[in-house]
Amino acid sequence: MVNLKENKHRTEHKQIESIPAPKRAYISLNQQLKKSFSPLVKAGDQVLKGQKIASIKEGIYSAIHSPISGKIFSIQDSPHQVLGKGKAIIIDNDFQEKSVATYLRTQKEIDSLDAQELRAIIRETGIVGLGGAGFPSYIKLTPPRPIHTLIINGAECEPYLTCDYRIMLEKTEEIILGIGLIARCLGAKDIYIGIEDNKPKAIEKFRSKGQGLKVKVLKSFYPQGGEKQIIKNITNNEVERGKLPFDSGVVVQNVGTALSIYEAVYLNKPLFERVMTVTGSCLVNPKNLKVCIGTPIKELIDFCGPLKENPAKIVIGGPMMGIAQNNVMTPVIKSTTGVILFNKKEAQTTDEEPCIRCAACVRECPVGLMPCMINLASIKQLWPQAKDFGALDCIECGLCSYVCPANRRLVQSIKMAKLEAIV
Amino acid sequence: MNKPLIVNSWPHLHTKESVKRIMWLVTLSLVPTGFMGVRIFGWNSLWVIAISVSAALATELIFQLLTRRKITLGDGSAFLTGLLLAYNLPPEIPFWIPLVGSFFAIAIGKQVFGGLGQNIFNPALVGRAFLVASWPKYMTNFTRPFNYDAVTQATPLALLKEGSLEPHLSYLDLFLGYRGGCIGEVCIWALLLGAAFLLIKGYISWHTPFTYIGSVAVFTYAFGGKTGLFTGDWIFHLLTGGLILGAFFMATDYVTSPLTAKGQIIFGIGCGILTSVIRIWGGYPEGVSYSILMMNAAAPFIDRYTKNRIYGSK
Repeated sequence: MVNLKENKHRTEHKQIESIPAPKRAYISLNQQLKKSFSPLVKAGDQVLKGQKIASIKEGIYSAIHSPISGKIFSIQDSPHQVLGKGKAIIIDNDFQEKSVATYLRTQKEIDSLDAQELRAIIRETGIVGLGGAGFPSYIKLTPPRPIHTLIINGAECEPYLTCDYRIMLEKTEEIILGIGLIARCLGAKDIYIGIEDNKPKAIEKFRSKGQGLKVKVLKSFYPQGGEKQIIKNITNNEVERGKLPFDSGVVVQNVGTALSIYEAVYLNKPLFERVMTVTGSCLVNPKNLKVCIGTPIKELIDFCGPLKENPAKIVIGGPMMGIAQNNVMTPVIKSTTGVILFNKKEAQTTDEEPCIRCAACVRECPVGLMPCMINLASIKQLWPQAKDFGALDCIECGLCSYVCPANRRLVQSIKMAKLEAIV
Repeated sequence: MNKPLIVNSWPHLHTKESVKRIMWLVTLSLVPTGFMGVRIFGWNSLWVIAISVSAALATELIFQLLTRRKITLGDGSAFLTGLLLAYNLPPEIPFWIPLVGSFFAIAIGKQVFGGLGQNIFNPALVGRAFLVASWPKYMTNFTRPFNYDAVTQATPLALLKEGSLEPHLSYLDLFLGYRGGCIGEVCIWALLLGAAFLLIKGYISWHTPFTYIGSVAVFTYAFGGKTGLFTGDWIFHLLTGGLILGAFFMATDYVTSPLTAKGQIIFGIGCGILTSVIRIWGGYPEGVSYSILMMNAAAPFIDRYTKNRIYGSK
């Protein structure tokens, strides 16, 4: 495991700011689930802030809510952070801030809710995992077998990103209430929060405020916040190969998810905005921002501007697992954790050289694979051999490519083998 | 923001490490022992080193030109092969020996397999094995230390084999390198200095060299004695021959050794046993280079059976 240069200093001391809602929001109908959403509105319709505008009916249910009030401009292809392009509902903001009728639940009401009712609220408000995967939370909160351990992931091991750190500092009580709700859904007895030791203030806050919450200090290394890694490092047990954390009685939730579950239950607020980090050496004022879903990243960059130099690469997500963008109009979706602007020097690409079998990738692989061997198999399209070397166990953390002195595209070829081996 | 953006896949960060950097740092770690070799055996050693390195570079260049591949002389790998071959040669040899040796090492040992990273055997040792097999007379003709007029002498290991070891050779002499031998193998402290640098910087791990040297010590102590079991002079065996050079700089060659820690331990012990067997019962006085070559052949096999444990498996 590797200690990466963190570059969190640019934003870790900056309070979360709210960026004004965009003039035009692009609500992507694809939020990183297998199925895309079906719109519930059509061009010309008036929508209110918080109104449900799209949902998935078959399979795993999920919903999207409008972050603004205004008029539907159209439903058309727009840039997408992963797919490149995808259908989106485009809403013109009327700046009236008209919300759907809502009310705050009282503590008494909340105490009387049972697990089933809590899950229904979390389901209806469209809460998804905010750590990056974007999987609907109510599914994770409906375990098929008893859960004894709940782990709240506050590791934030990706360099540059500080949004989880900031909410842990600024929204400690809310997160703790959210964790209580999650624990109630699961019936979990052991509740841990894992925080890396490079965030001493957050550790201190949770230690002093979180009753019944065991704060686990984790070493700062990448990929400490990976689901499998954090389970191993907190419970000392591993998730069996090919199985889910459920199967060993563990559920992991991100701190951001806990916060949005708090907001859903206590404030009756659907998930239409989130906190994310906008950073990079190109920006004069990198920030932690509270952003409406559907805001194009161009507006975030302008808000943190002016630019010191033109970015050569714009990445959505963390620098290790994020996705490079070719369009600054790409909108934020629920699972967007950050935007990073790299300058020309940082974005420099390198040529692949022959593997010298230095075994750096073998030493560093957090799941014990031999990335260089899977790479060779993958290049020769020997998919069964790639599978033999454990390609399917890859968590795609990218550490092998990071450490490779020959700049080989290891994780990319493993992902390729993974896709081919499954077919 | 009008310029096109670079789009490539994750990760978007990369370590400063490169193949080039590793090769040149390993070369750097070999400078002290080369310096001491020249001091002990005279300027002729420097010529051997220069010819060997130049021939290696020239061969690499010719092959890359002929096969229309990218010219990669700057990556330091051919330089390193030439240097290691020179370190494995006696100081007083005809100038064409390192020339032919380096050509063979790069051409047959490396390029015919497809160049850097593709070879099965350590190229420098392939070159040396070829020279020993072809011109044994020159390859076993060693100079007496600090005798710059080329008075020759057999190595301590050869004398041991003949049973006529000079008794005056102390461990300290051996440690300082005041004995007959190859240019880069004699000065133990200089080799250890370079090895410590590589270990501390993490360019080599302890697994192969320590198990290699350890198993030679145990084996020669147990079976190397003339008067029965457990009477062998194991310290002598560690300090003579090419063991220290081989264990730290040749057996640890990335390309030709196993990938996992487990594999490297097996590799090291295998090298140690083979070296001891050759030294004690074999026809040659020294067995380091052959034992490493033999274990090189076994490396892919070792790799197959020493995979790391995958997360979540039983």
